[in-house]
Amino acid sequence: MIADRGTRVLNNVQAINEALDLALAKDPRVVLFGEDVGTMGGVFRASDGLMQKYGEKRVFDTPLAESGIVGFGIGLALAGLRPVAEIQFAGFLYPALDQILSHLGRMRHRTRGRFTIPMVIRAPYGGGVKTPEQHADSPEAILTHVPGVKVVIPSSPDRAKGLLLSAIEDPDPVFFLEAIKLYRGVKGEVPEGYYTLPIGKARVVREGSAASLFCYGGMVEVCLKAAEVAAREGVELEVVDLETLVPLDTPTILASVQKTGRAVVVYEAMRTGGFGAEVAARIAEEALDYLQAPIVRVAGWDAPYPPFSAVENFYRPDARRVLQAVRRVLTH
Amino acid sequence: MDTIQYLDEQGKPLRDLPLSPDELLLGYRALRRARHFDERVLVLQRQGRLGVYPPFRGQEAAQVGVALCLKADHDWLLPSYRESAAALTFGMPISKLILNWRADPAGWGAPPNVNMVQFYIPIATQIPQAAGVAYAQRLLGKDAVAAVFIGDGGTSEGDFHEGLNFASVFDAPLLIVVQNNGWAISVPTHKQMKVPRIAQKALGYGIPGVVVDGNDLVAVWVAAREATARARRGEGPTLIEALTYRVAPHTSSDDPSRYRSEEETERWLRRDPIVRMKNCLVHLGLWSDEQESALTSELEAEFLAAVEEADQAPEPKPWEIVEQVYAEMQPDQRTAWNYLREEA
Repeated sequence: MIADRGTRVLNNVQAINEALDLALAKDPRVVLFGEDVGTMGGVFRASDGLMQKYGEKRVFDTPLAESGIVGFGIGLALAGLRPVAEIQFAGFLYPALDQILSHLGRMRHRTRGRFTIPMVIRAPYGGGVKTPEQHADSPEAILTHVPGVKVVIPSSPDRAKGLLLSAIEDPDPVFFLEAIKLYRGVKGEVPEGYYTLPIGKARVVREGSAASLFCYGGMVEVCLKAAEVAAREGVELEVVDLETLVPLDTPTILASVQKTGRAVVVYEAMRTGGFGAEVAARIAEEALDYLQAPIVRVAGWDAPYPPFSAVENFYRPDARRVLQAVRRVLTH
Repeated sequence: MDTIQYLDEQGKPLRDLPLSPDELLLGYRALRRARHFDERVLVLQRQGRLGVYPPFRGQEAAQVGVALCLKADHDWLLPSYRESAAALTFGMPISKLILNWRADPAGWGAPPNVNMVQFYIPIATQIPQAAGVAYAQRLLGKDAVAAVFIGDGGTSEGDFHEGLNFASVFDAPLLIVVQNNGWAISVPTHKQMKVPRIAQKALGYGIPGVVVDGNDLVAVWVAAREATARARRGEGPTLIEALTYRVAPHTSSDDPSRYRSEEETERWLRRDPIVRMKNCLVHLGLWSDEQESALTSELEAEFLAAVEEADQAPEPKPWEIVEQVYAEMQPDQRTAWNYLREEA
């Protein structure tokens, strides 16, 4: 049991590095690759030291071509390996969309299970750290719109480690999006050794009765901060970390809405067509009778993520904007 | 770049053939088997017993010559939609191919002993994947190779270039077979590219490029055999440009009279790969009219048995739509599955 194990304080990058190390050690079919993944250990150092430890056949640099990386990985998976690809930034995934949409999630279906793609694609995503243009995108809704893939977005080091190990064991392709803001921005106790956490389960990270905040990845920290501020005024907010967007744990979402009667959905991607819209739609379809106020979204604006860092914090939702939405659902 | 050729346009050997009489007979049989399939499924299509079908008439040698170098349970084939002849020769059962072109899911997966990935529809996406499949053979310590097919139009896609580069950088044991058949639906090769030979594109990635007469089975087979041996030795990929022609429409729904002249097609019909190979066998004293008619009967019997087998496949059920999306059915697919079970 994980509970019996020793823990250490790690940040997200360290936890991810540890998961990759354990996966390489456990399963000889696991291979790691991507741009700058080998010698350098990745631009965020997620694969630091792993090429040196496991050799260039297991951990390797690739040419600078995202469609090539994803297509090559699909090929490795077809032949029986367990590829773990890194796309340097989620905003650089776009050249690979043909591979992703046409093949990655479709191979099992279009070969009736003869071929499957047990591949993990890791990508740093999201804003909050004043990155250059294109580096802060949150394209998760593009990925959740692809049948046959799973989408996991962890929010803390212990969860990141266990979920990444689950993703690598998973028989289907998994996108594993890692919030850049949290790479070194959060630390936490992480159990030692190999363990997995279930994909497809949301979790209530703070219980409350006044309203439910639904969030994932980098927005969990923001919602917890908002809940803390509200608690000082005697308002107890429930915070639900969706953690897996596909397959979505709808029962946990509905249970929270049935309890609080109020829902705020928080995501940092562009508002229109964002994944939060799917969450809102499910609540409206399945739990309308429990709602005492309209569902409110707090999201990025319908504009490109601003590459001008001085005003970045007006794009990315923060606790203040979450609390404005909370006020709206509470005073309806 | 010189074009490798062993047979003249009538099929007379231009020099000593590096294939044994048994191999020549085997090759001719494979060509005839492919042609028979193509002709017979087009009949099924017109009878309404097949869906949209992309014929390969005229390109048999370019596909068969490569497939004859591969072992289905060891090597890999990643074909695009026009490669039914390669698939057939590689080892895909005819009944499965019929079901595939009926858009019946029962025809979608190769049998377990046939390493063929389902025909690729989006152009050139198979190239980086083939590089991955091929490189995996090296990582797994096998001497297996992968063969991937693409047309002249497909070489304009980014994935063609990314795939070639990956194959080269990783010394992947891969055959990239470009069937330059003159047309990407209605766009001729000269509007597709400025280079006179597609094989030149390979050189830009450090990959040897060879040009073969794609309607000369001996030339294709010999070139593919050399490329395969090279790949098995760990010396990396080869691109083979097979010069051929799509004498048939793009698909059973296409009308080529809108974009090309009949004279051009007629010119290529005179270089038919099957007639050339037959003439070659006759010239070498290896083939008779009796053998020809016996082969026809044998192929027809095989085809009819396959149609019968395909006809017996159960009708696809509506709820199969949401099956095989994930290894384990997920809640949203389950909801849809239950609905479809109720409604159907």
